[in-house]
Amino acid sequence: MRQIPFLRTSGWMVLAALPLLLSGCDLALFNPKGQIGAQQKDLIILAFGVMQVVVIPVVFMTLFFAWRYRRSNIEKNKATYLPNWSHSNKIEAAVWAAPFIIILFLGVITWQTTHSLDPHKPLDSVDKAPLEVDVISLDWKWLFVYPEQGIATINELYAPKDTPINFRVTSGSVMNSFYIPRLGTQIYAMSGMSNTLHLIGNEVGVYDGRSVAYSGKGFAEMTFKTHITSDADFQAWVEKVKNSQGAALTFPEGYNTVAKPSIANEVEYFPSVDQGFYNKVLGIFQEGHMAAMAQNEHEPTAGHTMSGAHHSDSTQQHAEAVE
Amino acid sequence: MFGKLSWDSIPYHEPIIMGTVAVIAIVGAIVVGLVTYYRKWGYLWSEWITSVDHKKLGIMYYLVALVMLVRGFADAIMMRSQQALAAGGAEGFLPPHHYDQIFTAHGVIMIFFVATPMIIGLMNLVVPLQIGARDVAFPFLNNLSFWLFVGGVILVNLSLFIGEFAKTGWLSYPPLSGIIKSPDVGVDYWIWSLQLSGIGTTLTGVNFFVTIMKMRTKGMGLFQMPIFTWTALCANVIIIAAFPILTVTIALLTLDRYLGTHFFTMAAGGSQMMYVNLIWAWGHPEVYLLVLPAFGVYSEVVATFSRKPLFGYNAMVWATVAITGLSFVVWLHHFFTMGSGASVNTFFGIMTMIIAIPTGLKIFNWLFTMYRGSIEFSSPILWTLGFIITFSYGGVTGVMLAVPGANFVLHDTLFVVAHFHNVIIGGVVFAMLAGLTYWFPKAFGFKLNEAWGKCSFWCWLVGFFLAFTPLYILSFDGAARRMQSYANTDWQPLMIVAWFGAVLIMLGIVSTVIQMIVSVRDREKNLDVTGDPWDGRTLEWATSSPAPFYNFAKLPEASEIDSFWHDKQKHGANAHLSQGPYEDIHMPKNTVAGPVITLFATIMGFALVWHIWWLVIASGIGVFVSVMARVFNDDVDYYVPAAEVERIEREHQKRVEMQA
Amino acid sequence: MATNTLTNHDTHAHDGHEHHDTGATTVFGFWIYLMSDLLIFGTLFATYAVLIPGVAGGPSGKDIFELPFVLWETALLLLSSFTYGMCVLAMNSGRVGQMKSWLLITFLLGAGFIGMELYEFHHLIVEGFGPDRSAFLSGFFALVGTHGLHVTFGLIWILVMLIQLSQKGITPVTRRRVLCLSLFWHFLDIVWICVFSFVYLMGAL
Repeated sequence: MRQIPFLRTSGWMVLAALPLLLSGCDLALFNPKGQIGAQQKDLIILAFGVMQVVVIPVVFMTLFFAWRYRRSNIEKNKATYLPNWSHSNKIEAAVWAAPFIIILFLGVITWQTTHSLDPHKPLDSVDKAPLEVDVISLDWKWLFVYPEQGIATINELYAPKDTPINFRVTSGSVMNSFYIPRLGTQIYAMSGMSNTLHLIGNEVGVYDGRSVAYSGKGFAEMTFKTHITSDADFQAWVEKVKNSQGAALTFPEGYNTVAKPSIANEVEYFPSVDQGFYNKVLGIFQEGHMAAMAQNEHEPTAGHTMSGAHHSDSTQQHAEAVE
Repeated sequence: MFGKLSWDSIPYHEPIIMGTVAVIAIVGAIVVGLVTYYRKWGYLWSEWITSVDHKKLGIMYYLVALVMLVRGFADAIMMRSQQALAAGGAEGFLPPHHYDQIFTAHGVIMIFFVATPMIIGLMNLVVPLQIGARDVAFPFLNNLSFWLFVGGVILVNLSLFIGEFAKTGWLSYPPLSGIIKSPDVGVDYWIWSLQLSGIGTTLTGVNFFVTIMKMRTKGMGLFQMPIFTWTALCANVIIIAAFPILTVTIALLTLDRYLGTHFFTMAAGGSQMMYVNLIWAWGHPEVYLLVLPAFGVYSEVVATFSRKPLFGYNAMVWATVAITGLSFVVWLHHFFTMGSGASVNTFFGIMTMIIAIPTGLKIFNWLFTMYRGSIEFSSPILWTLGFIITFSYGGVTGVMLAVPGANFVLHDTLFVVAHFHNVIIGGVVFAMLAGLTYWFPKAFGFKLNEAWGKCSFWCWLVGFFLAFTPLYILSFDGAARRMQSYANTDWQPLMIVAWFGAVLIMLGIVSTVIQMIVSVRDREKNLDVTGDPWDGRTLEWATSSPAPFYNFAKLPEASEIDSFWHDKQKHGANAHLSQGPYEDIHMPKNTVAGPVITLFATIMGFALVWHIWWLVIASGIGVFVSVMARVFNDDVDYYVPAAEVERIEREHQKRVEMQA
Repeated sequence: MATNTLTNHDTHAHDGHEHHDTGATTVFGFWIYLMSDLLIFGTLFATYAVLIPGVAGGPSGKDIFELPFVLWETALLLLSSFTYGMCVLAMNSGRVGQMKSWLLITFLLGAGFIGMELYEFHHLIVEGFGPDRSAFLSGFFALVGTHGLHVTFGLIWILVMLIQLSQKGITPVTRRRVLCLSLFWHFLDIVWICVFSFVYLMGAL
């Protein structure tokens, strides 16, 4: 049993170090930069806090009962031992009720927040025209298309401050999850399906974004930077992309080039992009295709393109069908 | 001739793998050498490999699971080491190709080849004894189930040095696991090892459900059953209802990979979301299949070592039944971020939280079992106390994940990893180690060393918090799970702390191994002659230790909960020792069919992995012929003469008297 | 407790020769297995339902299902359930010869059903409507094929029983096996009725 004092000491050291570590780090979820993230921070703290009402007494009772009713105490007659006591209506009512009340409370919170934080819900409360961004996950990089500005980038996202961002999210390959921790909610990117996500950045800065759903070899480095800027800086950036040297992003030729697998792809700019590019990428995987697609679905070619505009809500349909 | 298989399939150039293979080869050679030297092959064959005795099968399940725990843990410590190193551009020592296999193998092994077989092993060892039966309903199927599970184990371990394992995560979501994105054999190993062991598990579910429903001893109604048996019953209901879904889901993925169908492909109308739904429709019940029997173990332990009946037996049963039902209607909480509507997410979120109510009730019931008890601080009770505290926090983080609004930022981050280790280590692993200590004397006739058991407990408990608290913290900074490397060097210190935690857990595992060795060495000191070392309450303690192969010379009777305890109060400690006259006992004969069928099935799995079609056909015929041989064999049972029963029982009584 | 009358202890008292393979326990176990199998079909039905729209430009059910053909298939299987019932009746009155004849007829009807199904599959594949054509066809082949595979196992089982009845006659073991096979065969019949109404009838209309 020599090990135990050592273990105990190291355990306490870690516990003591935790607050230091926590205050030392500037944790993304506890220092959000957008209103969605801010609501989620409050929700996490609330949910954790409410449950402590039950859990702290449980921990206390565990330690106290174990200590008080230890056999040596019973043998010294310092505590009561009731060898046949195993039922009490009062206690049973109380122990059903305590978790029930907590869950009832949390259930109401869940009902409200799931609707208010629904990723599909536009941020109507903000009185500013939203920015449209189409997000396409590829092996292993992020392609951002700005249909209104007619530009596209790889692994770099810009958006003006205090402006709602309407993301449409899909994948040109396997499933990924699109996530910018400081702004809030993540959403899956799935081929042939269009997801929607509404976020907002309320503070100027550069924030990490990445895929959090494992997607293969280059997953670890499937990251991008999100720049929340002033309106003027955003315009300047759009001009910069428009004047950049890159090729236009066409479909299917340009798409096939960028869709080739790459790891830790550099930031790339596309000064112009085909109309309806996002829907064309969606259409690659959508119904009404020849079976020939099966053989080369990893390398979509011309001839398989089609208008996919009417498919933008197919996620919902699929989800309902599956359930 | 050999399909995809060639000499290049063996990863000579990977020093880590070749080192592992060398160690396995050396250990294997030593074991084979020792068995040969002591001429024990015949003994192994007739007493263990072909045995239909549920107690021996239970022991074998546990043994294989403990070996696989070491394998799964080796994966874990490699992952923790990699993440402790690979920060800010450093590549660490595992390239993605290797790291991705390791986290997949770790998950698959720990769930399918450690946790599940430990639960099933414990059920095997305990349930027939607790209900006063001589064996399970279908002893041959029980043997077959065990060997099919071993077949799965063999395939998983073969993947280590012939070819590779899946690089897809433990649930192999398509399209990543489809033939286009994963053309290698890794996913095929995953498929066939899970199919083999999954079929074994399904058979076990049917077998034990029937055993519990039909073979309880006289006087034992459903509400007189020991609580562990109740949880086992519910776990088997879960197996029967959930495992067919897994079988189908994997089969459809197999068709996609082998025959070019379009169930889950990206093109031609396939639905990847359907796979995610199906696999979790199995996957969520699966975790309750693990944790319910774990709850059963704590219930037995806390009552025995508090010398008090379990508080609120009926409530406990109904809570177990409620959890069983609810476990089937919460699966969508594993993918709130898929983009379902708010109402659907709310429904599944709230259903999930409701599980916290019966679970919370259970925790209070254990607490009130201790209340006004007389608690002996043995290592099983330490595991139980550690469980209550650890699991409570696992429950808290689980409910946090069940709130869709919070889940949107916690999903697929290290928070999820920390949460399920929180409930699986704190819930299932602690229970399996408590159960091991508690029922070990019943299996072997001597107790385990307490000091090393307690040492193991403290290592696991502190190690757990050290390893997983940092992951909770990192998740608040958006750290994804399954990252082979990361750019943010701020994360590295906490990753190193987590590594230390993993090392402590390793010391816990080492303590268990030492505990076994020391206990075997000192077995004369820790002998349990009476068969009732803990002053137990349920029927498994009413027979000798180790229990004779027929379990009970005369089947015991039960009239109430904890019948055995009440009998001891009324008639004295040795009243249960059976007196003559004895009768002939009808028992099943050992079987070669189980291991032989599995041998062919495993070869067939291997051949399917490598597309060696002639071998698929040949081994398929082998399976068919061996099944037919079993079907046409009528010589499957025999009678133990009353005189033999009497001799065994006399011997046992003599030993009890000698000790007294 | 009503269940007590079913415990092994009691059956042991009645019949010392039946310990592990008490007929009642095995038949109950077989029921539980069938429930498990039912979930396999349930999952396949759900899969098929989800994939119905996934025709990928290929044929839908309306284009490929030929109801009259399937009706004949259905008739064969339903009739085979009846003949199997006759076999059980013959067993209950202890007539082995009659049992074997009914089993043989059942086998032929079942084999006819499988033959027709194989013909249908072959026909579809030759026309280019194989399971790899679209998700809908994948779902169709998987569901109907799984049922067909079950029927094939049933046919093998019937052959085994024919041999065992010739060797041993009606013993507790063969009786039990005939009863389990009876459950299995009727079960497949019920599943087929679901397949027929849900896949063919609703698909063709």
